[in-house]
Amino acid sequence: MTEALLEVKASPLDSEMVINMGPQHPSTHGVLRVILTLDGERVVKADQEIGYLHTGMEKLAEYKKYNHVITITDRMDYLNSTGNNLGFVLAVEKMLELEIPPRAQAVRVIMTELQRLASHAIWIATHGLELGAMSFFFYGFRVREMVLQLIEAACGGRMMPSYFRVGGLARDIPDGWTQRVLDLCDTFERETVPEIHTLLTTNPIFRARTEGLGYISAEEAINWGISGPALRGSGLAHDLRRASPYSGYENYDFDIPTRREGDVYARYLVRVDEMKESVKIIRQAVQKLPSGPVKANAPRIVLPDRHLMKTQMDALIYHFLITCDGFPVPAGEVYMPVESPRGELGFYIVSDGGPKPYRMHVRTPSFGNLQALPRLIEGHLVADVVAIIASIDIVLGDVDR
Amino acid sequence: MNNQAQLSILQARFATEIVESKEQWNELTVVVKPDAIVRVSQFLRDEPALAYDFLATVTGVDLGVDADPRFEVVYHLYSYTHRHRLRVKVRVNEDESVPTVTSVWKSADWYEREVYDLFGIRFDGHPNLKRIMMPDDYEGHPLRKDFPLRGYTR
Repeated sequence: MTEALLEVKASPLDSEMVINMGPQHPSTHGVLRVILTLDGERVVKADQEIGYLHTGMEKLAEYKKYNHVITITDRMDYLNSTGNNLGFVLAVEKMLELEIPPRAQAVRVIMTELQRLASHAIWIATHGLELGAMSFFFYGFRVREMVLQLIEAACGGRMMPSYFRVGGLARDIPDGWTQRVLDLCDTFERETVPEIHTLLTTNPIFRARTEGLGYISAEEAINWGISGPALRGSGLAHDLRRASPYSGYENYDFDIPTRREGDVYARYLVRVDEMKESVKIIRQAVQKLPSGPVKANAPRIVLPDRHLMKTQMDALIYHFLITCDGFPVPAGEVYMPVESPRGELGFYIVSDGGPKPYRMHVRTPSFGNLQALPRLIEGHLVADVVAIIASIDIVLGDVDR
Repeated sequence: MNNQAQLSILQARFATEIVESKEQWNELTVVVKPDAIVRVSQFLRDEPALAYDFLATVTGVDLGVDADPRFEVVYHLYSYTHRHRLRVKVRVNEDESVPTVTSVWKSADWYEREVYDLFGIRFDGHPNLKRIMMPDDYEGHPLRKDFPLRGYTR
Protein backbone atom coordinates (compact mmCIF):
# COMPACT_ATOMS: atom_id res chain seq x y z
CA MET A 1 0.00 0.00 0.00
CA THR A 2 1.34 3.40 -0.91
CA GLU A 3 1.69 6.02 1.74
CA ALA A 4 -0.77 8.39 0.10
CA LEU A 5 -3.60 6.02 0.98
CA LEU A 6 -2.76 6.06 4.64
CA GLU A 7 -4.02 8.92 6.67
CA VAL A 8 -2.15 9.42 9.89
CA LYS A 9 -4.01 11.37 12.50
CA ALA A 10 -2.23 13.19 15.25
CA SER A 11 -4.94 12.32 17.72
CA PRO A 12 -7.27 9.53 16.59
CA LEU A 13 -9.69 10.26 19.43
CA ASP A 14 -10.66 13.61 17.86
CA SER A 15 -12.04 11.99 14.73
CA GLU A 16 -15.49 10.58 14.11
CA MET A 17 -15.93 6.97 13.20
CA VAL A 18 -18.60 5.54 10.92
CA ILE A 19 -19.79 2.12 11.89
CA ASN A 20 -22.39 -0.11 10.28
CA MET A 21 -24.86 -1.83 12.51
CA GLY A 22 -26.42 -4.50 10.40
CA PRO A 23 -27.90 -5.36 7.87
CA GLN A 24 -27.48 -8.53 9.92
CA HIS A 25 -27.41 -7.81 13.61
CA PRO A 26 -29.17 -9.89 16.28
CA SER A 27 -30.77 -6.85 17.88
CA THR A 28 -32.44 -5.54 14.73
CA HIS A 29 -34.89 -8.48 14.54
CA GLY A 30 -34.58 -8.68 10.81
CA VAL A 31 -32.58 -6.99 8.12
CA LEU A 32 -32.04 -3.37 9.02
CA ARG A 33 -28.90 -1.36 8.50
CA VAL A 34 -28.17 1.56 10.78
CA ILE A 35 -25.15 3.65 9.82
CA LEU A 36 -23.87 5.23 13.01
CA THR A 37 -21.46 8.13 13.14
CA LEU A 38 -19.67 7.91 16.46
CA ASP A 39 -17.72 10.41 18.47
CA GLY A 40 -15.94 8.10 20.84
CA GLU A 41 -18.77 5.97 22.14
CA ARG A 42 -21.45 8.58 21.57
CA VAL A 43 -23.77 8.49 18.55
CA VAL A 44 -23.62 11.75 16.62
CA LYS A 45 -25.70 10.78 13.64
CA ALA A 46 -27.69 7.79 12.51
CA ASP A 47 -28.84 6.87 9.02
CA GLN A 48 -31.10 3.96 8.27
CA GLU A 49 -31.39 1.65 5.30
CA ILE A 50 -34.53 -0.43 4.99
CA GLY A 51 -36.05 -2.39 2.16
CA TYR A 52 -34.08 -5.62 2.46
CA LEU A 53 -37.30 -7.53 3.18
CA HIS A 54 -39.45 -5.67 0.66
CA THR A 55 -41.67 -8.34 -0.87
CA GLY A 56 -44.11 -6.21 -2.84
CA MET A 57 -47.20 -7.28 -0.89
CA GLU A 58 -49.15 -4.27 -2.12
CA LYS A 59 -48.43 -5.14 -5.73
CA LEU A 60 -49.28 -8.79 -5.12
CA ALA A 61 -52.64 -7.83 -3.63
CA GLU A 62 -53.67 -6.19 -6.91
CA TYR A 63 -53.44 -9.59 -8.58
CA LYS A 64 -55.34 -11.58 -5.95
CA LYS A 65 -59.02 -11.98 -5.13
CA TYR A 66 -60.10 -10.60 -1.79
CA ASN A 67 -60.16 -13.95 0.01
CA HIS A 68 -56.69 -14.75 -1.28
CA VAL A 69 -55.25 -11.45 -0.07
CA ILE A 70 -55.88 -12.63 3.52
CA THR A 71 -53.11 -15.19 3.08
CA ILE A 72 -50.53 -12.52 2.28
CA THR A 73 -51.52 -10.13 5.07
CA ASP A 74 -50.31 -12.48 7.80
CA ARG A 75 -46.90 -12.68 6.15
CA MET A 76 -46.23 -8.98 6.68
CA ASP A 77 -46.16 -8.67 10.45
CA TYR A 78 -45.42 -12.29 11.24
CA LEU A 79 -45.73 -11.73 14.99
CA ASN A 80 -49.24 -10.35 14.64
CA SER A 81 -50.68 -12.51 11.88
CA THR A 82 -54.27 -12.76 13.13
CA GLY A 83 -54.27 -9.02 13.81
CA ASN A 84 -53.28 -8.35 10.21
CA ASN A 85 -56.01 -10.70 8.98
CA LEU A 86 -58.49 -8.82 11.13
CA GLY A 87 -57.54 -5.41 9.75
CA PHE A 88 -57.92 -6.61 6.19
CA VAL A 89 -61.24 -8.44 6.56
CA LEU A 90 -62.71 -5.51 8.52
CA ALA A 91 -61.77 -3.15 5.68
CA VAL A 92 -63.45 -5.38 3.10
CA GLU A 93 -66.48 -5.91 5.32
CA LYS A 94 -66.82 -2.16 5.70
CA MET A 95 -67.01 -1.85 1.93
CA LEU A 96 -69.51 -4.70 1.64
CA GLU A 97 -71.47 -3.41 4.67
CA LEU A 98 -71.59 -6.94 6.03
CA GLU A 99 -73.05 -7.81 9.42
CA ILE A 100 -70.82 -10.25 11.32
CA PRO A 101 -72.38 -12.77 13.77
CA PRO A 102 -71.56 -12.03 17.44
CA ARG A 103 -69.83 -15.37 17.97
CA ALA A 104 -67.41 -14.71 15.12
CA GLN A 105 -66.67 -11.26 16.53
CA ALA A 106 -65.92 -12.65 20.00
CA VAL A 107 -63.63 -15.37 18.59
CA ARG A 108 -61.83 -12.73 16.54
CA VAL A 109 -61.24 -10.70 19.70
CA ILE A 110 -59.90 -13.76 21.57
CA MET A 111 -57.61 -14.60 18.67
CA THR A 112 -56.15 -11.13 18.24
CA GLU A 113 -55.67 -10.65 21.98
CA LEU A 114 -53.91 -14.03 22.21
CA GLN A 115 -51.70 -12.87 19.37
CA ARG A 116 -50.99 -9.60 21.17
CA LEU A 117 -49.98 -11.63 24.22
CA ALA A 118 -47.60 -13.71 22.11
CA SER A 119 -46.21 -10.68 20.31
CA HIS A 120 -45.50 -8.80 23.53
CA ALA A 121 -44.07 -11.96 25.13
CA ILE A 122 -41.60 -12.41 22.31
CA TRP A 123 -40.79 -8.72 22.46
CA ILE A 124 -40.02 -8.78 26.19
CA ALA A 125 -38.03 -11.98 25.68
CA THR A 126 -35.77 -10.51 23.01
CA HIS A 127 -35.55 -7.14 24.73
CA GLY A 128 -34.29 -8.88 27.85
CA LEU A 129 -31.86 -10.96 25.85
CA GLU A 130 -30.38 -7.89 24.21
CA LEU A 131 -29.64 -6.44 27.61
CA GLY A 132 -28.10 -9.67 28.84
CA ALA A 133 -31.07 -11.20 30.67
CA MET A 134 -30.98 -14.68 29.20
CA SER A 135 -33.57 -16.53 31.27
CA PHE A 136 -36.59 -14.55 30.26
CA PHE A 137 -35.76 -15.20 26.63
CA PHE A 138 -36.83 -18.79 27.19
CA TYR A 139 -39.80 -17.96 29.42
CA GLY A 140 -41.16 -15.53 26.84
CA PHE A 141 -40.94 -18.09 24.10
CA ARG A 142 -42.77 -20.53 26.36
CA VAL A 143 -45.75 -18.15 26.52
CA ARG A 144 -45.66 -17.74 22.77
CA GLU A 145 -45.54 -21.48 22.25
CA MET A 146 -48.70 -21.93 24.32
CA VAL A 147 -50.47 -19.29 22.24
CA LEU A 148 -49.29 -20.78 18.97
CA GLN A 149 -50.59 -24.19 20.02
CA LEU A 150 -54.01 -22.67 20.61
CA ILE A 151 -53.94 -20.94 17.24
CA GLU A 152 -52.85 -24.19 15.62
CA ALA A 153 -55.70 -26.07 17.31
CA ALA A 154 -58.24 -23.64 15.89
CA CYS A 155 -56.98 -23.16 12.35
CA GLY A 156 -54.16 -25.58 11.62
CA GLY A 157 -51.48 -22.95 11.06
CA ARG A 158 -49.05 -21.55 13.57
CA MET A 159 -47.35 -18.59 11.97
CA MET A 160 -49.74 -18.07 9.04
CA PRO A 161 -53.22 -18.90 10.35
CA SER A 162 -55.39 -17.02 7.78
CA TYR A 163 -58.25 -17.92 10.08
CA PHE A 164 -60.55 -14.99 9.45
CA ARG A 165 -62.63 -14.73 6.31
CA VAL A 166 -64.58 -11.89 4.84
CA GLY A 167 -67.89 -12.42 6.63
CA GLY A 168 -66.69 -14.39 9.65
CA LEU A 169 -64.30 -17.22 10.41
CA ALA A 170 -62.99 -20.09 8.33
CA ARG A 171 -64.58 -22.55 10.78
CA ASP A 172 -65.77 -22.69 14.35
CA ILE A 173 -63.34 -23.24 17.23
CA PRO A 174 -62.83 -26.87 18.33
CA ASP A 175 -64.44 -28.38 21.45
CA GLY A 176 -62.65 -27.65 24.69
CA TRP A 177 -60.68 -24.83 23.12
CA THR A 178 -62.04 -22.11 25.42
CA GLN A 179 -61.00 -24.12 28.47
CA ARG A 180 -57.45 -24.26 27.14
CA VAL A 181 -57.57 -20.50 26.62
CA LEU A 182 -58.62 -19.98 30.23
CA ASP A 183 -55.82 -22.32 31.38
CA LEU A 184 -53.36 -20.18 29.46
CA CYS A 185 -54.72 -17.05 31.15
CA ASP A 186 -54.28 -18.71 34.55
CA THR A 187 -50.74 -19.81 33.82
CA PHE A 188 -49.89 -16.38 32.52
CA GLU A 189 -51.19 -14.58 35.58
CA ARG A 190 -49.89 -17.09 38.10
CA GLU A 191 -46.43 -17.76 36.67
CA THR A 192 -45.38 -15.43 33.89
CA VAL A 193 -46.28 -12.08 35.43
CA PRO A 194 -44.30 -12.71 38.67
CA GLU A 195 -41.43 -14.01 36.52
CA ILE A 196 -41.40 -10.82 34.47
CA HIS A 197 -41.35 -8.68 37.59
CA THR A 198 -38.65 -10.74 39.32
CA LEU A 199 -36.36 -11.10 36.36
CA LEU A 200 -36.74 -7.73 34.65
CA THR A 201 -38.89 -5.06 36.32
CA THR A 202 -36.97 -5.08 39.59
CA ASN A 203 -33.64 -6.07 38.09
CA PRO A 204 -31.14 -3.26 38.84
CA ILE A 205 -29.05 -3.92 35.74
CA PHE A 206 -32.11 -3.90 33.50
CA ARG A 207 -33.34 -0.68 35.08
CA ALA A 208 -29.96 1.01 34.83
CA ARG A 209 -29.81 0.18 31.15
CA THR A 210 -33.33 1.33 30.30
CA GLU A 211 -34.33 4.22 32.58
CA GLY A 212 -33.94 7.71 31.16
CA LEU A 213 -32.97 6.33 27.79
CA GLY A 214 -34.40 7.36 24.42
CA TYR A 215 -36.79 9.96 25.78
CA ILE A 216 -39.45 11.38 23.51
CA SER A 217 -42.40 13.58 24.39
CA ALA A 218 -45.90 12.68 23.25
CA GLU A 219 -46.14 15.70 20.98
CA GLU A 220 -42.88 14.91 19.22
CA ALA A 221 -43.75 11.22 18.99
CA ILE A 222 -46.97 12.08 17.16
CA ASN A 223 -45.10 14.41 14.84
CA TRP A 224 -42.66 11.62 13.97
CA GLY A 225 -45.47 9.15 13.30
CA ILE A 226 -45.05 6.98 16.39
CA SER A 227 -48.17 5.12 17.52
CA GLY A 228 -49.16 2.31 19.85
CA PRO A 229 -47.34 1.32 23.08
CA ALA A 230 -44.38 3.54 22.19
CA LEU A 231 -46.71 6.53 22.21
CA ARG A 232 -48.52 5.43 25.35
CA GLY A 233 -45.12 5.24 27.06
CA SER A 234 -44.97 9.01 26.56
CA GLY A 235 -48.23 9.58 28.37
CA LEU A 236 -50.96 9.71 25.73
CA ALA A 237 -53.85 7.40 26.64
CA HIS A 238 -54.90 6.51 23.14
CA ASP A 239 -55.92 3.11 21.92
CA LEU A 240 -57.86 2.47 18.73
CA ARG A 241 -59.78 -0.31 20.46
CA ARG A 242 -61.26 2.48 22.56
CA ALA A 243 -61.08 5.48 20.25
CA SER A 244 -62.82 3.81 17.30
CA PRO A 245 -64.00 0.39 18.50
CA TYR A 246 -64.33 -2.50 16.05
CA SER A 247 -65.29 -6.16 16.46
CA GLY A 248 -67.26 -5.34 19.59
CA TYR A 249 -64.36 -3.99 21.68
CA GLU A 250 -66.77 -1.44 23.15
CA ASN A 251 -68.38 -4.30 25.13
CA TYR A 252 -65.23 -5.21 27.04
CA ASP A 253 -63.92 -3.61 30.16
CA PHE A 254 -60.20 -2.87 30.00
CA ASP A 255 -57.77 -0.08 30.81
CA ILE A 256 -55.29 1.71 28.60
CA PRO A 257 -51.92 1.52 30.38
CA THR A 258 -49.81 4.66 30.08
CA ARG A 259 -46.57 6.00 31.52
CA ARG A 260 -45.35 9.55 31.71
CA GLU A 261 -41.59 8.99 31.56
CA GLY A 262 -41.34 8.44 27.79
CA ASP A 263 -38.18 6.34 28.04
CA VAL A 264 -37.28 2.73 27.26
CA TYR A 265 -38.33 1.54 30.71
CA ALA A 266 -41.71 3.26 30.38
CA ARG A 267 -42.38 1.59 27.04
CA TYR A 268 -41.43 -1.73 28.64
CA LEU A 269 -43.86 -1.23 31.54
CA VAL A 270 -46.66 -0.22 29.20
CA ARG A 271 -46.29 -3.47 27.27
CA VAL A 272 -46.23 -5.56 30.44
CA ASP A 273 -49.45 -3.89 31.60
CA GLU A 274 -50.97 -4.35 28.18
CA MET A 275 -50.45 -8.08 28.39
CA LYS A 276 -52.44 -8.13 31.61
CA GLU A 277 -55.21 -6.13 29.94
CA SER A 278 -55.24 -8.58 27.05
CA VAL A 279 -55.75 -11.44 29.49
CA LYS A 280 -58.62 -9.47 31.02
CA ILE A 281 -60.26 -9.06 27.61
CA ILE A 282 -59.76 -12.72 26.73
CA ARG A 283 -61.45 -13.84 29.96
CA GLN A 284 -64.45 -11.60 29.32
CA ALA A 285 -64.75 -12.72 25.72
CA VAL A 286 -64.61 -16.39 26.71
CA GLN A 287 -67.17 -15.93 29.48
CA LYS A 288 -69.57 -14.05 27.23
CA LEU A 289 -68.89 -16.16 24.13
CA PRO A 290 -72.25 -16.29 22.32
CA SER A 291 -73.45 -19.39 20.54
CA GLY A 292 -74.60 -19.34 16.95
CA PRO A 293 -73.08 -19.23 13.50
CA VAL A 294 -69.56 -18.00 12.77
CA LYS A 295 -70.29 -16.94 9.21
CA ALA A 296 -72.44 -14.08 7.99
CA ASN A 297 -75.59 -14.88 6.08
CA ALA A 298 -74.26 -13.77 2.71
CA PRO A 299 -74.24 -16.73 0.30
CA ARG A 300 -72.58 -14.78 -2.50
CA ILE A 301 -69.61 -13.82 -0.34
CA VAL A 302 -69.14 -16.51 2.30
CA LEU A 303 -68.32 -20.06 1.25
CA PRO A 304 -71.05 -22.55 2.27
CA ASP A 305 -70.36 -25.31 4.74
CA ARG A 306 -68.90 -28.45 3.26
CA HIS A 307 -71.94 -30.66 3.91
CA LEU A 308 -74.32 -28.10 2.38
CA MET A 309 -72.18 -27.89 -0.71
CA LYS A 310 -72.54 -31.64 -1.15
CA THR A 311 -76.30 -31.75 -0.61
CA GLN A 312 -77.80 -28.51 -1.89
CA MET A 313 -77.70 -27.27 -5.44
CA ASP A 314 -77.65 -23.54 -4.69
CA ALA A 315 -74.84 -23.97 -2.14
CA LEU A 316 -72.86 -25.86 -4.80
CA ILE A 317 -73.41 -23.07 -7.31
CA TYR A 318 -72.33 -20.35 -4.91
CA HIS A 319 -69.30 -22.39 -3.86
CA PHE A 320 -68.34 -22.71 -7.52
CA LEU A 321 -68.86 -19.00 -8.21
CA ILE A 322 -66.94 -17.77 -5.15
CA THR A 323 -64.08 -20.16 -5.82
CA CYS A 324 -63.77 -19.29 -9.51
CA ASP A 325 -64.75 -15.64 -9.71
CA GLY A 326 -64.48 -14.36 -6.16
CA PHE A 327 -67.01 -11.78 -5.14
CA PRO A 328 -67.33 -8.20 -6.36
CA VAL A 329 -66.84 -5.37 -3.90
CA PRO A 330 -68.58 -2.01 -4.46
CA ALA A 331 -66.39 0.66 -6.02
CA GLY A 332 -64.89 3.19 -3.66
CA GLU A 333 -62.17 3.47 -1.09
CA VAL A 334 -61.88 2.68 2.57
CA TYR A 335 -59.30 3.12 5.34
CA MET A 336 -59.66 0.75 8.27
CA PRO A 337 -57.35 1.30 11.25
CA VAL A 338 -56.93 -1.33 13.96
CA GLU A 339 -54.67 -1.49 17.01
CA SER A 340 -51.80 -3.87 16.33
CA PRO A 341 -49.32 -4.71 19.13
CA ARG A 342 -47.09 -2.07 17.57
CA GLY A 343 -49.61 0.68 16.92
CA GLU A 344 -51.97 1.85 14.23
CA LEU A 345 -52.32 -0.72 11.48
CA GLY A 346 -54.41 0.68 8.66
CA PHE A 347 -55.66 -0.93 5.49
CA TYR A 348 -56.42 1.45 2.65
CA ILE A 349 -58.25 -0.34 -0.13
CA VAL A 350 -59.38 1.13 -3.42
CA SER A 351 -61.95 -0.94 -5.26
CA ASP A 352 -63.06 -0.53 -8.86
CA GLY A 353 -66.03 -2.82 -8.35
CA GLY A 354 -64.21 -6.01 -9.35
CA PRO A 355 -63.23 -9.13 -7.38
CA LYS A 356 -59.66 -7.93 -6.80
CA PRO A 357 -58.48 -4.80 -4.98
CA TYR A 358 -57.55 -2.10 -7.47
CA ARG A 359 -54.97 -0.85 -4.98
CA MET A 360 -54.16 -1.86 -1.44
CA HIS A 361 -51.91 0.13 0.84
CA VAL A 362 -51.00 -0.95 4.33
CA ARG A 363 -50.12 1.65 6.92
CA THR A 364 -47.88 -0.45 9.10
CA PRO A 365 -47.07 0.79 12.61
CA SER A 366 -43.41 -0.27 12.54
CA PHE A 367 -42.73 1.93 9.51
CA GLY A 368 -43.79 5.04 11.37
CA ASN A 369 -42.13 3.98 14.60
CA LEU A 370 -38.80 3.12 13.01
CA GLN A 371 -38.66 6.46 11.25
CA ALA A 372 -38.09 8.20 14.58
CA LEU A 373 -35.14 5.99 15.53
CA PRO A 374 -32.36 8.51 14.69
CA ARG A 375 -34.15 11.09 16.81
CA LEU A 376 -34.22 8.59 19.70
CA ILE A 377 -30.64 7.35 19.56
CA GLU A 378 -28.67 10.49 18.71
CA GLY A 379 -26.65 11.59 21.71
CA HIS A 380 -26.75 8.21 23.42
CA LEU A 381 -23.96 5.68 23.80
CA VAL A 382 -23.48 3.00 21.19
CA ALA A 383 -24.33 0.29 23.72
CA ASP A 384 -27.73 1.96 24.32
CA VAL A 385 -28.65 1.81 20.63
CA VAL A 386 -29.56 -1.84 21.06
CA ALA A 387 -31.92 -1.09 23.94
CA ILE A 388 -33.61 1.75 22.06
CA ILE A 389 -34.09 -0.21 18.85
CA ALA A 390 -35.68 -2.97 20.90
CA SER A 391 -37.90 -0.53 22.78
CA ILE A 392 -39.86 0.49 19.68
CA ASP A 393 -40.56 -3.17 18.89
CA ILE A 394 -39.84 -3.25 15.19
CA VAL A 395 -40.71 -6.14 12.95
CA LEU A 396 -38.90 -5.70 9.67
CA GLY A 397 -41.51 -7.62 7.71
CA ASP A 398 -43.94 -5.01 8.94
CA VAL A 399 -41.65 -2.15 7.92
CA ASP A 400 -40.82 -3.33 4.43
CA ARG A 401 -43.98 -5.22 3.42
CA MET B 1 -66.73 16.63 14.72
CA ASN B 2 -68.77 15.14 11.91
CA ASN B 3 -67.66 15.14 8.33
CA GLN B 4 -70.03 17.83 7.09
CA ALA B 5 -68.90 20.32 9.74
CA GLN B 6 -65.26 19.68 8.85
CA LEU B 7 -65.99 20.11 5.20
CA SER B 8 -67.75 23.44 5.74
CA ILE B 9 -64.77 24.78 7.75
CA LEU B 10 -62.44 23.74 4.94
CA GLN B 11 -64.66 25.14 2.22
CA ALA B 12 -64.99 28.46 3.99
CA ARG B 13 -61.20 28.79 4.12
CA PHE B 14 -60.19 27.21 0.80
CA ALA B 15 -63.02 27.90 -1.61
CA THR B 16 -60.99 27.75 -4.80
CA GLU B 17 -58.35 25.21 -3.75
CA ILE B 18 -60.78 22.35 -3.11
CA VAL B 19 -61.47 20.56 -6.37
CA GLU B 20 -63.85 17.91 -5.13
CA SER B 21 -65.18 16.34 -1.96
CA LYS B 22 -66.89 13.03 -1.33
CA GLU B 23 -68.32 11.12 1.60
CA GLN B 24 -68.51 7.36 1.39
CA TRP B 25 -68.83 4.75 4.16
CA ASN B 26 -68.70 7.64 6.60
CA GLU B 27 -65.23 8.66 5.40
CA LEU B 28 -64.60 12.14 4.07
CA THR B 29 -62.31 12.67 1.09
CA VAL B 30 -61.19 16.11 -0.03
CA VAL B 31 -59.30 16.67 -3.28
CA VAL B 32 -57.15 19.80 -3.36
CA LYS B 33 -54.98 21.44 -5.99
CA PRO B 34 -51.32 20.30 -5.82
CA ASP B 35 -49.86 23.77 -5.20
CA ALA B 36 -52.20 24.28 -2.23
CA ILE B 37 -51.34 21.11 -0.32
CA VAL B 38 -48.85 22.73 2.07
CA ARG B 39 -51.20 25.58 2.96
CA VAL B 40 -54.13 23.18 3.43
CA SER B 41 -51.99 20.85 5.56
CA GLN B 42 -50.80 23.68 7.76
CA PHE B 43 -54.37 24.85 8.25
CA LEU B 44 -55.56 21.33 9.05
CA ARG B 45 -52.85 20.96 11.68
CA ASP B 46 -53.14 24.41 13.27
CA GLU B 47 -56.88 25.10 13.21
CA PRO B 48 -58.03 24.15 16.75
CA ALA B 49 -61.37 22.77 15.58
CA LEU B 50 -59.60 20.32 13.24
CA ALA B 51 -56.17 19.77 14.91
CA TYR B 52 -54.89 17.06 12.59
CA ASP B 53 -51.65 16.39 14.45
CA PHE B 54 -51.02 12.89 13.11
CA LEU B 55 -50.21 12.08 9.50
CA ALA B 56 -51.05 8.38 9.45
CA THR B 57 -49.75 7.65 5.99
CA VAL B 58 -49.13 8.99 2.50
CA THR B 59 -49.64 6.75 -0.47
CA GLY B 60 -50.25 6.84 -4.18
CA VAL B 61 -52.82 5.42 -6.54
CA ASP B 62 -52.15 4.87 -10.23
CA LEU B 63 -55.42 5.49 -12.04
CA GLY B 64 -54.12 3.90 -15.24
CA VAL B 65 -51.78 4.75 -18.10
CA ASP B 66 -54.45 6.69 -20.01
CA ALA B 67 -55.95 8.56 -17.07
CA ASP B 68 -55.49 12.31 -16.87
CA PRO B 69 -54.25 13.19 -14.29
CA ARG B 70 -52.68 9.80 -13.88
CA PHE B 71 -51.77 9.69 -10.18
CA GLU B 72 -53.42 10.43 -6.90
CA VAL B 73 -51.33 11.15 -3.81
CA VAL B 74 -53.44 10.25 -0.79
CA TYR B 75 -52.83 11.64 2.71
CA HIS B 76 -54.55 10.01 5.66
CA LEU B 77 -54.86 12.30 8.65
CA TYR B 78 -55.91 11.65 12.20
CA SER B 79 -56.48 13.98 15.12
CA TYR B 80 -55.49 12.62 18.53
CA THR B 81 -57.31 15.55 20.12
CA HIS B 82 -60.69 15.15 18.42
CA ARG B 83 -60.34 11.54 17.24
CA HIS B 84 -61.57 12.21 13.74
CA ARG B 85 -60.12 11.29 10.38
CA LEU B 86 -59.78 12.88 6.97
CA ARG B 87 -58.46 11.82 3.61
CA VAL B 88 -56.82 14.50 1.49
CA LYS B 89 -55.94 13.86 -2.12
CA VAL B 90 -53.85 15.56 -4.76
CA ARG B 91 -53.99 14.61 -8.43
CA VAL B 92 -50.90 14.88 -10.62
CA ASN B 93 -49.59 13.71 -13.95
CA GLU B 94 -46.43 11.77 -14.64
CA ASP B 95 -44.19 14.79 -15.23
CA GLU B 96 -45.59 16.92 -12.41
CA SER B 97 -44.48 17.08 -8.81
CA VAL B 98 -46.12 17.71 -5.44
CA PRO B 99 -44.79 20.06 -2.75
CA THR B 100 -43.58 18.17 0.30
CA VAL B 101 -45.43 18.37 3.60
CA THR B 102 -42.38 17.43 5.69
CA SER B 103 -42.44 20.97 7.09
CA VAL B 104 -45.88 20.26 8.56
CA TRP B 105 -45.44 16.68 9.77
CA LYS B 106 -41.98 15.16 10.19
CA SER B 107 -43.38 11.69 9.54
CA ALA B 108 -44.02 12.67 5.92
CA ASP B 109 -40.31 12.09 5.27
CA TRP B 110 -40.39 8.31 4.78
CA TYR B 111 -43.97 8.18 3.51
CA GLU B 112 -43.14 10.52 0.64
CA ARG B 113 -39.93 8.69 -0.11
CA GLU B 114 -41.94 5.49 -0.42
CA VAL B 115 -44.39 7.09 -2.86
CA TYR B 116 -41.46 8.48 -4.84
CA ASP B 117 -39.78 5.07 -4.93
CA LEU B 118 -42.79 2.96 -5.87
CA PHE B 119 -44.71 5.42 -8.07
CA GLY B 120 -42.08 7.86 -9.30
CA ILE B 121 -43.94 10.94 -8.06
CA ARG B 122 -41.48 13.66 -7.09
CA PHE B 123 -41.93 15.79 -3.99
CA ASP B 124 -40.54 19.33 -4.28
CA GLY B 125 -38.48 20.50 -1.34
CA HIS B 126 -38.14 17.07 0.27
CA PRO B 127 -34.93 17.00 2.35
CA ASN B 128 -33.80 13.53 1.30
CA LEU B 129 -35.72 12.31 -1.73
CA LYS B 130 -34.15 8.97 -2.66
CA ARG B 131 -35.32 5.41 -3.00
CA ILE B 132 -36.27 3.68 0.22
CA MET B 133 -37.48 0.17 -0.61
CA MET B 134 -35.72 -0.59 -3.89
CA PRO B 135 -31.97 -0.43 -4.57
CA ASP B 136 -30.65 2.96 -5.62
CA ASP B 137 -29.94 1.84 -9.18
CA TYR B 138 -33.30 0.11 -9.71
CA GLU B 139 -35.14 1.00 -12.90
CA GLY B 140 -38.88 1.59 -12.93
CA HIS B 141 -41.50 2.12 -10.27
CA PRO B 142 -43.12 -1.17 -9.21
CA LEU B 143 -46.54 0.04 -8.11
CA ARG B 144 -47.34 1.68 -11.41
CA LYS B 145 -49.99 -0.20 -13.34
CA ASP B 146 -47.78 -0.58 -16.41
CA PHE B 147 -45.10 -2.30 -14.34
CA PRO B 148 -45.80 -6.04 -14.68
CA LEU B 149 -46.00 -8.26 -11.61
CA ARG B 150 -43.00 -10.31 -12.66
CA GLY B 151 -40.90 -7.25 -13.58
CA TYR B 152 -39.68 -6.30 -17.00
CA THR B 153 -38.27 -9.22 -18.97
CA ARG B 154 -35.85 -8.86 -21.82
